[in-house]
Amino acid sequence: MPYVLMIISAVLVNNIVLTQFLGICPFLGVSKRFSTALGMGGGVIFVMTLSTIITYLIQTYLLVPFKIEFMQTIIYILVIAALVQMVEIMLKKVSPALYQALGVYLPLITTNCTILGVAILVIRKEFNLMESTVFAISNSIGFTFALIIFSGIRERLELLEIPEAMKGIPLALVLAGLLSLAFMGFSGIVH
Amino acid sequence: MSKKPSTFFNMVGTLFIISFFSSAALGFVYEMTKGPIAKATLEKKIKAIQEVVPAFDNHPLDEVYSVDIDEGTLFFYPAKKNNKLVGTAVETLTTKGFSGIIKLMVGLLPDGTINNIVVVETHETPGLGDKIKKEKSDFSKQFTGKNPSLFTLKVKKDGGSVDAITAATISSRAFCDAVIKGYQAYKKEVRK
Amino acid sequence: MNQWQNLIKGLIKENPVFVLILGTCPTLAVTTSVANALGMGLSTTFVLVTSNLAISALKDFIPDKVRIPCFIVVIASFVTIVDLVMAGYCQVIHAQLGIFIPLIVVNCIVLGRAEAFAAKNGLWSSTVDGLGMGLGFTFALLVLSAIREALGSGSFLGHKFIHSDGILFFILAPGAFIVFGYVIAIINRMNRGTK
Repeated sequence: MPYVLMIISAVLVNNIVLTQFLGICPFLGVSKRFSTALGMGGGVIFVMTLSTIITYLIQTYLLVPFKIEFMQTIIYILVIAALVQMVEIMLKKVSPALYQALGVYLPLITTNCTILGVAILVIRKEFNLMESTVFAISNSIGFTFALIIFSGIRERLELLEIPEAMKGIPLALVLAGLLSLAFMGFSGIVH
Repeated sequence: MSKKPSTFFNMVGTLFIISFFSSAALGFVYEMTKGPIAKATLEKKIKAIQEVVPAFDNHPLDEVYSVDIDEGTLFFYPAKKNNKLVGTAVETLTTKGFSGIIKLMVGLLPDGTINNIVVVETHETPGLGDKIKKEKSDFSKQFTGKNPSLFTLKVKKDGGSVDAITAATISSRAFCDAVIKGYQAYKKEVRK
Repeated sequence: MNQWQNLIKGLIKENPVFVLILGTCPTLAVTTSVANALGMGLSTTFVLVTSNLAISALKDFIPDKVRIPCFIVVIASFVTIVDLVMAGYCQVIHAQLGIFIPLIVVNCIVLGRAEAFAAKNGLWSSTVDGLGMGLGFTFALLVLSAIREALGSGSFLGHKFIHSDGILFFILAPGAFIVFGYVIAIINRMNRGTK
């Protein structure tokens, strides 16, 4: 698949949050403020790209030759957890400014299902290394894109008066539904 | 809370022991389920073949041959009765589906007429694109008994004779695409 | 708290999906049909019960600082077991749920219960807690999927009760979000009434 199509498809048409239902927890949890959404998005782009490349290499050079593909889930989640810790330690030493911006979001990323999801998806879709990398980058951009739009809407909603029972999560979910409906308008531009 | 202090030795040791035991347990379960998984996969394939071609008495899985095309590999399972070819089940695929790959088992009679089609693998949207499955709508039944040399395997929007599923033109197109690929590869093989 | 209260708290009062808003990804993704929801709910219940049991048994043996990696290894092992067994014995549901089976590992409910309950309580209450939470999760999935399947395809467990297509919107992604949102709103409203 040409890379440009792949990027458009992942960001707009098959957006990982709004149509694939991955990463809903952070999508609802950290989308109250525009700045936190940006921070979380940055962290996800960084970790997802790195972890997809590493897990891809582990799959090709370790799990497949030794015929232990059934260990996939357990090894991937350990790699992701270790990677997040390492990134945190390194970031603290190398770039304290960036650590200040992303630091609080890093521990949350381990249990962000988009990371493990994309790492497994690239194997199931039988991509090569280059395709996997592009797939990871474009999906993490798609995640960030959805998160940022969503936080923008939610910031404005705070000024409105809404029924007590709808406050918070219920309204956020209905909004996500409308946003997802809007994104469906993009379907067809890739095919 | 834990009674064990978090010394380096304790931490590494515990992690190692837990990982060791879970790997051993997984290896054991893997060995146990390997047989059933392989058997279930095989049975699914045989069932799909039985559904698409007329009754046969050979083992089509043992006589399989394959053809490589751009998007992947097509498999041909010849079904024979009393050593006479009664049909060929073609496992064909397309990557043009709305959500990626679609695999079909297309049953072709020796003259190329479509006998029956079942969907082997699909990730199409439930309620929309997954109507290509026989149990979800009559879409795939319109191919039965048609010979692709007389019947244009394209949706009506593209000038063909296939009624597309409402609101799922992409999936319908992809379905036709997979059938055409299977048919063309079959014709090429037969001519050899 | 007796064990009965411990069991039913997961069903209603502390329902992981409707009240604690955990595990939203599988909740939205697999509720297109009741059969899928049941498969996902029961797999998650199995993982919850077994991992709670294992973690409660191991809690004195695991040093505090490495407890999260240890919990993750235990949970991932049970998830893989579910994955393999399902692939062997009910391939249809396994294919339908697809990637959401391995993703039980990162379902916040499982790690959340391990950390908040099993790491502090005895074997028996941890098992009951896991069962209660798992059934609460299954119950929530069943409610959502019943609504979505009834409105979206006009059927229940695959049996049609109206002879038409239903409202497609509820099967698609936007419908999932909106049904979930309104169900939580209704529950909030009811809770407020009882307080």
